[in-house]
Amino acid sequence: MSALDDLFAGVNEQGRGALIGYLPAGYPTVDGSIELLTAMVEAGCDLVEVGVPYSDPVLDGPTIQAAADEALRAGFRLRDVFRTVEAVSAAGGRAVVMTYFNPVLRYGVDAFSRDLAAAGGLGLITPDLIPDEAELWLEASTAHGLDRTFLVAPSSSEERIASTVAATSGFVYATAVMGVTGARDVVGVGAQTLVSRVRAHTSLPVGVGLGVRSGEQAAQVAGFADAVIVGSAFVTAAATGVDAVRALTAELAEGVRRTPAPIG
Amino acid sequence: MSPRDPETEQEADVDPHAPGPHDPDARGHFGPYGGRFMPEALIGALDELSAEYDKARLDPEFTTEFTRLLRDYAGRPSLLTEAPRFAEHAGGARVFLKREDLNHTGSHKINNVLGQALLTKRMGKKRVIAETGAGQHGVATATACALMGLDCVVYMGEVDTERQALNVARMKLLGAEVIPVKSGSRTLKDAINEALRDWVTNVDTTHYLLGTAAGGHPFPIMVRNFHKIIGIEARAQILDQVERLPDAVVACVGGGSNAIGIFHGFLDDPGVRLVGIEPGGKGVDSGEHGATLGHGTPGILHGAMSYLLQDEDGQTTEAYSISAGLDYPGVGPEHSALKDAGRAEYRAATDAEAMHAFRLLSRTEGIIPAIESAHALAGALELGRELGPDGLVVVNLSGRGDKDMDTAAKYFGFYEGS
Ligand SMILES: Cc1ncc(COP(=O)(O)O)c(C=O)c1O
Repeated sequence: MSALDDLFAGVNEQGRGALIGYLPAGYPTVDGSIELLTAMVEAGCDLVEVGVPYSDPVLDGPTIQAAADEALRAGFRLRDVFRTVEAVSAAGGRAVVMTYFNPVLRYGVDAFSRDLAAAGGLGLITPDLIPDEAELWLEASTAHGLDRTFLVAPSSSEERIASTVAATSGFVYATAVMGVTGARDVVGVGAQTLVSRVRAHTSLPVGVGLGVRSGEQAAQVAGFADAVIVGSAFVTAAATGVDAVRALTAELAEGVRRTPAPIG
Repeated sequence: MSPRDPETEQEADVDPHAPGPHDPDARGHFGPYGGRFMPEALIGALDELSAEYDKARLDPEFTTEFTRLLRDYAGRPSLLTEAPRFAEHAGGARVFLKREDLNHTGSHKINNVLGQALLTKRMGKKRVIAETGAGQHGVATATACALMGLDCVVYMGEVDTERQALNVARMKLLGAEVIPVKSGSRTLKDAINEALRDWVTNVDTTHYLLGTAAGGHPFPIMVRNFHKIIGIEARAQILDQVERLPDAVVACVGGGSNAIGIFHGFLDDPGVRLVGIEPGGKGVDSGEHGATLGHGTPGILHGAMSYLLQDEDGQTTEAYSISAGLDYPGVGPEHSALKDAGRAEYRAATDAEAMHAFRLLSRTEGIIPAIESAHALAGALELGRELGPDGLVVVNLSGRGDKDMDTAAKYFGFYEGS
């Protein structure tokens, strides 16, 4: 059992959805992001996704792009991600890293995996890496005991969902809508359909992301998914300050507890 | 050097669409390069495009219509023109220009655009998006969309909308919407990012008409094949005019489409050197350049593994060139494979060298080249001097320079004191 398997088993036992919060490392500064991520853990995120700021984030909307730019301008270096993960883990939190693949490739896939595991990180979410191209990462994650979260989308064929979940461990990331990251008023109705399509191929937990920003939406998503993933809304709150981040976490944490999570 | 034996000539040597030994594997890998480093949300669209292209390239109805458009609309075959007065400055070697500047819309870009626009119609899609740097690909795309009745949106870095204002006006006149991109370096790389974001959102209705032989599979092989006609024509024309193969074929390399198109005509002629000229900007040691193959390292950008300008942390670094069409930190994956195999060589020409060649060709031959193509001309001057008076060089003159008049006038001080 990996630490993520444990986490989802525990949350499932409580009959609720898990709350996963995303924030880029180094935003607004490395220490600033550690403070914010720690607050997210304390206020009720079951898992945090520590983002790696990247020069060409093609799957991100303006909010996360701007945060990544700011982090890079403030001097973020890739190795800072390990310090960030280590600090979150030391504060009792659980962290995975969400990153475009080129920084990992450049660092060395095995070296990155080794250093992430040593920092207490639990795995990687890889938005621009599909299992078909992931040979090095499949090997390194196995060698260093890390979980691998690949993404599925409403446009994924049954065949691709099957092969993607077969390569995944920890949890599957279902992108709720076709589009880039960014808070939305309405989480796509397609999300629920996608989750049931995924469940036909795996018993792994399924997290839904892209667009969630309120307790109401969190409750709605927790009604059909195992985890609610929130990104841009946290980045927006972070621009206001740590209190806003705590308040958003509390609202979302209440949301995922409102409706019983589906069994299985 | 003797021409290729007609007996052993492969189908792919004369039919640009026929599958052949230089195709990547089924997942788009040229050795370690290429592939699909793309969000899962786009894989369905890439699969659809691959399937459609694989059918179309073998379908006489498609290939005939494509060939007809190249002839009756784009004006192919383009000429092969000797440039003797220019060649006096190239060590006396003979220099021939493959006149892609004479194509409709003024550059090689139209070849690829007509092919992909036809595919868009076959897929039943009604909306086309594209990125553009110099504006040539945007203009070509807007043109094909006007011709075929497709909606057209072009993403263009804000910096480029300023230095290529004329092309922005052309695209608008042709009915396209031009969206200035304000993120990142505000040039070609960021225009591609923004186009990919649009594609991921609208993929059901929209085809992304990528303008160079880069990106995730099948773009590199598909774009290459649409441009192979350049090399096929050039080879036949030089044999016809000089009765021998050239010593070197020279082309500028931004993303690599005009270069891969002309290189392919000569790939199986081992005696022909294939020379790509990258933008040396303010000098490759200045850090301000776009010499991806010469000074980059392998990595991922825009969906493929290839050489890349990047820092220690794998962040893409900004390219620089006076030429908007070459100002790109990535390059098509097949060029990376050709470089590693030693089959092609890649050099750089600085802004100053390119602008020297730009003016020289204008004054010696009465042909104003695109600044992109002027990089290839600068390379030809250097190669000609290395080869000496017996040398024979074919240059891909990928585009004409009308769009660059403002940049050139400023560079040469034509606006001053008048
Ligand atoms: C005239 C011309 N040549 C060359 C290029 C560079 O592109 P590629 O390397 O794909 O041929 C461009 C791009 O805009 C162009 O307009």
